[in-house]
Amino acid sequence: MSLLQVTNLSKHYEGRLSLAQRLTGGRKSVVRAVNGVSLYVNKGEVLGLIGESGCGKSTLGRAILRLHEPTEGKVEFDGTDVTALSPSALKAIRRRMQIIFQDPYASLNPRRTVAEIVGLPLALHGIASGDEARAMTTQVLQRVGLQADQIDRYPHQFSGGQRQRIGIARALVSNPEFIVCDEPVSALDVSIQAQIIALLLELKQELGLTYLFISHDISVIGYLSDRVAVMYLGEIVETGPVASVLDNPRHPYTQSLLSAVPEIGAKRAKGRVRLQGDLPSPLNPPKGCKFHTRCPLAIPACQTLAPVTQTVGLDHFAACHRLEEGLSLLESAR
Amino acid sequence: MTVLLEVTNLRTEFSARAGLVRAVDGVSLQISRGECLGVVGESGSGKSVTFASIMGLVRPPGRVTQGTIFFDGCDLRGMSPEEMRAVRGRDIAMTMQDALTALNPALTVGEQLAEVLIAHDETLPTGRAARHNAIKDRCVEMLGLVGIPSPDSRLRQYPHEFSGGMRQRIMIAIALACRPKLLIADEPTTALDVTIQAQVLELISDIRAQMGMAVALITHDLGVVAEHCDRVMVMYAGQVVEEGPTDDVIGHPRHPYTRGLLASIPRPAMRGQPLTPIVGQVPNLMGLAPQCRFHSRCPLAQPSCLVEVPMLPVGPGRRARCLRLEETA
Ligand SMILES: Nc1ncnc2c1ncn2[C@@H]1O[C@H](COP(=O)(O)OP(=O)(O)O)[C@@H](O)[C@H]1O
Ligand SMILES: Nc1ncnc2c1ncn2[C@@H]1O[C@H](COP(=O)(O)OP(=O)(O)O)[C@@H](O)[C@H]1O
Ligand code: SF4
Ligand code: SF4
Ligand SMILES: [Mg+2]
Ligand SMILES: [Mg+2]
Repeated sequence: MSLLQVTNLSKHYEGRLSLAQRLTGGRKSVVRAVNGVSLYVNKGEVLGLIGESGCGKSTLGRAILRLHEPTEGKVEFDGTDVTALSPSALKAIRRRMQIIFQDPYASLNPRRTVAEIVGLPLALHGIASGDEARAMTTQVLQRVGLQADQIDRYPHQFSGGQRQRIGIARALVSNPEFIVCDEPVSALDVSIQAQIIALLLELKQELGLTYLFISHDISVIGYLSDRVAVMYLGEIVETGPVASVLDNPRHPYTQSLLSAVPEIGAKRAKGRVRLQGDLPSPLNPPKGCKFHTRCPLAIPACQTLAPVTQTVGLDHFAACHRLEEGLSLLESAR
Repeated sequence: MTVLLEVTNLRTEFSARAGLVRAVDGVSLQISRGECLGVVGESGSGKSVTFASIMGLVRPPGRVTQGTIFFDGCDLRGMSPEEMRAVRGRDIAMTMQDALTALNPALTVGEQLAEVLIAHDETLPTGRAARHNAIKDRCVEMLGLVGIPSPDSRLRQYPHEFSGGMRQRIMIAIALACRPKLLIADEPTTALDVTIQAQVLELISDIRAQMGMAVALITHDLGVVAEHCDRVMVMYAGQVVEEGPTDDVIGHPRHPYTRGLLASIPRPAMRGQPLTPIVGQVPNLMGLAPQCRFHSRCPLAQPSCLVEVPMLPVGPGRRARCLRLEETA
C-alpha cells in the first residue's frame, strides 16, 4: 500500500484579463499548471520530481497538501481522501504532511525569532505549549545543526544554508510522516547543498520519513531518489525506478533533459540532443502531445493526438506515440 | 599561444561602515588568445569583483588598490576613463548574470545593439542611408547568430518581451556585436533551465570557434567547466587557490577545497553512498588574518597552516595554494 496516492490531479489558475481583452469580450484565460497527474509514493521512499521551471512542480506539491485547492482529482494519504476533508480534519492531517520551500528567506517571517517560527506548528496543532514547546523546539533545532544559543535570533541573522535548516526544523517539529521538499537546495552553493542533502537523508533514515523531492537538478534527483517522475507542461511524461529512468530513458523529453546535463569526467560521451526553442506557455499549451513543438521525433499524429501512458518496463511508464519503435535520441546524437 | 590578458597581484577593497572588505586579494591570472578559462568558486568568493576590476567597472565604495592589468599589451590601470570606455565593448565585453537588470528596459533590443555598433564599429559606412542600413543588417545578423527566431521583427521589441533564455542570448549578442577579443561571461546560465543552458553554452562555444575569441566563463558548475573550458581557476574567499588545465584539475585536484567541492557534488553513480560535504561556511572577508583561508574547514589543517600561503607549482601549468600538497599527490 502506498502512503500517498494521487489520481488524475489538476490545478488550473484563472488568469486575470487585461482591459483590452475584457472590452473585446475575451474569454477568461486559464493556466493549466497541473493537468491530470497520477502518481504514488511508498512509505519510506523518495520520489524525485524533475522538470524545467514553470512546468508545474511547485503547484503539484502544493495541491497535494491542499495549500492550493486542486481543481480536479483525488489525493489519498494513508488511506484518507485528503481532497474530501473538512477544514478541521485537513488541519489535523497537515501535522503529518509538511513542506520545505526553496527560498528559505521568503518563507520565514522576518519579524519572528527562530524559536517562534519553529514553535508555531506546535501551538497550531495543539501539540505543546510553554516550556515543553520551547524544549521541543530547541531539540529539533539542534538536530538540524543549529546552536541552542542561536534560537532567539531573527532569520536575517543567518546564512542561506542555516535558514534552510530552520525551514527543515519547522517542517519536522510536528513529527510528520511525509514531506514535500520543494527545491530545498536549489538556491544554495554546492558545499552547503551537500550539507543539506546529507541532513535530509539522515533524517529520513532516522525518522522513517517519506519524501516527494522536487528539483530541476538531475544529479541531485538521481543521487537521492528511489523513483523518478519527469514533468513537462503540467503532465508526467515518464516515471519509474531511478536506475531505469536514468539509464534507459524512454520519453524523448527525458532523453533530451539527460543529454543536456554537463557532466564531470565523461566529456560529452553521450552526444547531445539540441532542443529547439523554449517551454511553451501553459496559458496556451500545444494540442496533442505537449512536447511536439520541440520534439525531434514528432510525427504528424503528435500534433493532434495526446499519447496515453504505457508500460515500458518494470514499474516504468511513459507517454509517447513512438515508444514501440524503440527510437533513442541519445543514440542518434552520439 | 600568446597572452591576451595578464593580471598580477590584483587587490580590490570595499570600505563599509563595519570595516574594510578585501573582496579580491592578490589574484593573478592569464588568458591566452582564443582560450576559454573557467572561473569557479562559491558565491562571495570574488569572481565577479575580479572581472569587474579588470573591466574598470568597480564603483565606490569599491576601489582597486593594487596590481597590474595588461590587455593586448596595454596597461588598463593606467588608462583614462574615456580610453577604458573604448576598450569595453570593442576589445573586452562582459555579460552579467542577471540579464533583466543588465539590459536597458526602456530601449528596444535593436536600439541597444545599434548603440554598441555606433560607438565601436569603425567599419560602418559614413553615408547616412548606407550607415543606417548597415547597422540594421548587423543587428539582424547578430540576433540570428544567437538563435532568436525572426530577428527582423524582434529587433523592435523590449527586453521584458523575451524569455530568460532569450534575454541571456540577447546580452551575448550585444557583447559580441563588436567582435571582442575577450568575452567575460558572468554566470551566463545560472538562471536558466538545463536544456536552455545547453543552448547558450553551445552558442558561446560555436562563436568562440568562429571568431577566435577568448572567453572567461564564470560559473559555479564544475560540469560546465569540464565540458567547455581549457583551463580552470578555483577561487576561495577572494583568492585563487588552484589553477591548471581543466582535465588535470578535475581529474586530480590538489587543493583540499577543490577536492571538497568535487566530493560535494551529488552524482547518480554515488547513490547509497554518503556525501562528504565540506564542513562549516565561507569566512567573513572583513579583517581576515594572514593565514590559509580554508583552515577552519580543511580536513588536512595543521597549526603550521596558520601562515600566509603562496601559490605553489604542482606540475606543468598547475599551481595550488596549500602547504600540504604532498598529502594530495
Ligand atoms: N498563483 C498562481 N496564479 C497563476 N498562475 C500561477 C500561479 N502559480 C503558478 N502559476 C503558473 O503555473 C505554472 C506552473 O508554475 P509552478 O508550479 O510554480 O512551476 P515550477 O515549480 O515547476 O517552476 C507557471 O506557468 C506559473 O506561471
Ligand atoms: N558593492 C559592494 N559593496 C560591498 N561589498 C561588496 C560589493 N560587491 C561585492 N562585495 C563583496 O565582495 C565579495 C565578493 O563578491 P563577488 O565578486 O560578487 O562574489 P562572486 O561573484 O564570487 O559570488 C562579496 O562577499 C562581498 O562581500
Ligand atoms: S508523442 Fe510525438 S511529439 Fe510527443 S514525445 Fe512522442 S514522438 Fe515526441
Ligand atoms: S594550507 Fe593547510 S589548512 Fe590550508 S588548505 Fe592546505 S592543508 Fe588545508
Ligand atoms: Mg517551483
Ligand atoms: Mg558573481
